Amino acid sequence: MADNNTTTAPAPTRRAGLQSPGRRRLFSLLGFLVTLGVTFIGLLAITFFIGRIVPIDPVLAVVGDRAPVAVYERVREEMGLDRPLAAQFVSYVGDVVTGNFGTAVSTGKPVIEDLARVFPATLEMATLGIILGVLIGVPLGVIAASRRGSWLDQGIRVVGLLGYSVPAFWLGLVGLAVFYAKLKWVGGPGRVDIFYDGVVTPITGLILVDSIIAGDWEIFRNAVWHLILPASCLGFFSLAYIARMTRSFMLDQLSQEYVTTARVKGVPERLVIWRHAFRPIRVPLITVIGLSYAGLLEGSVMIETIFSWPGIGNYLTVALLNADMAAVLGSTLVIGAVFIGINKISDVLYRVLDPRAR
Amino acid sequence: MTTLRDWLIDDSPASPMQARLGRFYRIFGALMHNPLAVVGAIIILVLVLTALFAPWIATHDPLRQALGERLLPPSAAHWMGTDELGRDIWSRVVYGARITLAIVTLVAVLAAPAGLVIGVAAGYFGGWVDRILMGITDIFLSLPKLILALAFVAALGPGIENAIIAIAITSWPGYARVARAETMTFKNSEFISAVRLLGASSLRVNLGHVLPLCTSSMIVRVTLDMAGIILTAAGLGFIGLGAQPPLPEWGAMISRGRSFILDQWWVATMPGFAIILVSLGFCFLGDGLRDVLDPKSGEQR
Repeated sequence: MADNNTTTAPAPTRRAGLQSPGRRRLFSLLGFLVTLGVTFIGLLAITFFIGRIVPIDPVLAVVGDRAPVAVYERVREEMGLDRPLAAQFVSYVGDVVTGNFGTAVSTGKPVIEDLARVFPATLEMATLGIILGVLIGVPLGVIAASRRGSWLDQGIRVVGLLGYSVPAFWLGLVGLAVFYAKLKWVGGPGRVDIFYDGVVTPITGLILVDSIIAGDWEIFRNAVWHLILPASCLGFFSLAYIARMTRSFMLDQLSQEYVTTARVKGVPERLVIWRHAFRPIRVPLITVIGLSYAGLLEGSVMIETIFSWPGIGNYLTVALLNADMAAVLGSTLVIGAVFIGINKISDVLYRVLDPRAR
Repeated sequence: MTTLRDWLIDDSPASPMQARLGRFYRIFGALMHNPLAVVGAIIILVLVLTALFAPWIATHDPLRQALGERLLPPSAAHWMGTDELGRDIWSRVVYGARITLAIVTLVAVLAAPAGLVIGVAAGYFGGWVDRILMGITDIFLSLPKLILALAFVAALGPGIENAIIAIAITSWPGYARVARAETMTFKNSEFISAVRLLGASSLRVNLGHVLPLCTSSMIVRVTLDMAGIILTAAGLGFIGLGAQPPLPEWGAMISRGRSFILDQWWVATMPGFAIILVSLGFCFLGDGLRDVLDPKSGEQR
């Protein structure tokens, strides 16, 4: 899930003294906006390129393969496919910026509407997943580091590596079989039981929030009941990654001299760990959590397929199977944009929060 | 034995070959002290042997359907049970090792050299070459890998070859970053200047002297990436965009077993164990290799 997407934390720029802090901040803001813009254009270029390498002729898809040549040529012109690639790319960017992602074949609606409808479901699941991942992963990482080399540490290490080795769809399936079918601890596929479906008017699209607004606690409970298993499956992957990173950050701190000093002075071990060693790692942890959160949006593709979760991942897989390229590219764009956005925000947070990087 | 060992760990090797073998021996020795790395190496060895000797290890023909033996639970005759067409799951898992091994090998062969060349070029030439190449690399790195692979396969069409191409397209940027970082550290060292003073062209400097120095960190990175590649390939197979039936690909097998998960749990779970085992093997070995070859990089991955 969250593997390899490490945008390493930015090194502090050493230009201090030459410029005023205000100017420097302005420059770093500009630089940030430029990278952000370039990355987004890169994302657009990639989706544009993917849209061009599709072996299906988009004109034939419209006119059918028995249309006369004149009709074919006219439609081709109307679709702008006779223009140079650069011009096509510019109009593509224009379309995307104005929210015109094309029409999804599978639903017959504009892709942007579909995406707006399905995105909250994914957001809800990923958010609960990251909360679980942080609440469990951080303490596990700290414990592992404080008992380095012990059996507990080895166990947590294996859990961390399992996060890189267990297929998300397999975990979801096994989870459904065990916790839903066998033990009946949790609800099955879908966001709520069928007879609760569509009862709450979607305001935010987040069913937990909507049911609170509506004051319908029964639906709230039912939604939690359905959400807990897919969110836990997702959370497992962020837990594994966060625990791994926390452990490594903590080991770094625990080998520092100030920790030895604190110990020599007789500070209880619990305080050494939580009050001294843990504090400095909070900032890098924020970056890790951000990366992991972004990774969960990606991981949700598989989990949603398993749990028939009406989110963007499910939408994407259905579109993939129907070769519905407008929907595929629209989902790719949205997931990519959110991914980039979260990555950059955690970058910025790092700079703002870490006094050395300011 | 003692003399061979002495020859291998000799501090002043007489030939490059002796030095190289000695280095391998030291790495091997260090790896053997890491229990997890040993476990990982054994798992991968078993994977390779299983793939090579599949016809002898499998108990049945992986493609032979026996409709009279549909969905049988694991037993002495069918160690992992049978699937919905009466095919022996153990034999299919064994043959699936071939597909998995082929996928990871091909992705590594395609993506690692591409990333290596791009990274070394960027690091060695610097300036605009570096900025453009790394700009492209960073764009790819900042996008979600799985989603990108899915979109590429959707465009190229389903199938195992296209899945491999798509995964390779999403994997090279990581290698380019590693290779660039390594190149930057060697670029200004004296032995490179010496080679240049002797009149070597930049191609020769890079191919003969810079590239070989990047290999150890590349090997670490590739090994660590293997688990992710296996999971992505299995995911594509699961969605139906990777290996097509009747190929016994593990992800596709899980997908077939999905409808029977409640009553015939073994159909979907067994191939999953194979995926987990092999991915864990690569993780263990990669972790161990990193500790030995690249101790500075720590847990950052």
